[in-house]
Amino acid sequence: MREFSDEELERYSRHIILEDIGIEGQEKIAQAKVLIIGAGGLGSPVALYLAAAGIGEIGIVDGDVVDLSNLQRQVIHSTKDIGVAKVQSAKEKMEAINPNIHITVYQKFLDASNILDIVKQYDFVIDGTDNFAAKFLINDACVLANIPYSHGGILRFGGQTMSIRPHESACYACVFDAPPPTNAVPTCSSAGILGAVAGMLGTIQATEALKYITGAGEPLFNKLLSFDAKSMQFRTINFKKNPKCRVCGEQGITQIKDYEAVTCEAKL
Amino acid sequence: MKVLINGETKEFQDNINLLELLKVEDVAQPDMVSVQLNDTFVTKDDYSSIVLKEGDTINFLYFMGGGA
Repeated sequence: MREFSDEELERYSRHIILEDIGIEGQEKIAQAKVLIIGAGGLGSPVALYLAAAGIGEIGIVDGDVVDLSNLQRQVIHSTKDIGVAKVQSAKEKMEAINPNIHITVYQKFLDASNILDIVKQYDFVIDGTDNFAAKFLINDACVLANIPYSHGGILRFGGQTMSIRPHESACYACVFDAPPPTNAVPTCSSAGILGAVAGMLGTIQATEALKYITGAGEPLFNKLLSFDAKSMQFRTINFKKNPKCRVCGEQGITQIKDYEAVTCEAKL
Repeated sequence: MKVLINGETKEFQDNINLLELLKVEDVAQPDMVSVQLNDTFVTKDDYSSIVLKEGDTINFLYFMGGGA
C-alpha cells in the first residue's frame, strides 16, 4: 500500500471520486509500471495522459530526435525541442506535469537483441511505433514475456487498436498473421496522417492501459476497434484467439527474431 | 444471395468466392487486408477455394502501420 500525500489526494481527486477507481484504483495506478514504445504521434498523448494519471513508473523508448515535421501531431514535443532526443523532450514534459512519478528513458530503437529484457520489467506495454517490423516484434516479445499490451495503428484519417492479454486473448498475429509484403505498405511519410487522429487513437490506448491496471471496465481483448475520422464511424470487430496462430498458437514461437524492416523514414 | 460485409448487408451473385468478392468490393490491395469469415480468419491461399453462402458474415480488417 502506498500513502498518498495531501497534494496527491487533491491531484488525483477526479480519479478517486470515480466509483470504478477510488483510492484503491489510484493506488494500483501509482504502483503500475508501463512501457511506451515510441515517443511520436501515439506515444505523445499516451505519455502525457499516463504521466498525468500518476502511473508510478513509466518507461519510454525512442531512438529518434525531434524534427520540425513531427510537431504537427507529436504534441509532447515543442518547437524549442527540435534536434533534442525525443525521450528527453518527453521526460521533461511528463515531469513538469507530474513530479510524483518516475520515468526511465531508453534512447534507442528496440530489436530482437534488447526488447525482451526491457519489456519484462513492465506490467503493460503501449505500441506507439510506426512500422510493421516493430509492431510484430512487440507482439512477439509481449507474447513470449507474457506482458499485456495495447496495439495501435494509424493511417491518414483512420486508426485501429486492440488490447492483448497473451495466451488468453487473440494476439496481433492471430488477426494479421505477418507483416504485409514490403511493396504493398504505405508508410506514414508517404501516406500522411491527420495530427488529431493520432491523438484520438493515443488517448484510447492510454485509457486501455488505465482500465487494465485498475480493472475498471473491459479492455479491448478479442476486439479490434477501428475508426474512420472522415465519417466519424467507429466499428468493433470481435474474434477469438487462433489456436493455429503463428505466434501464440500451439505451435507458436519460442524465440524472438527481427522482422524485415519497412521503416517509416526517421526524417519525415 | 445476401451477405453481411463490414456490417452492411449486400447482394451478390451465387457461388462467388472470396477472391472474386475482394475484386467486386474494390479492395485495391488484398495484401493489406485480413479477411474474417464467420469469426474465422481466412488464409490468403484459400481465398479462391472458399465459396460464399447466403447469410455469411465477412469483415475486412485493414493493416494500419503508422503511429509516429
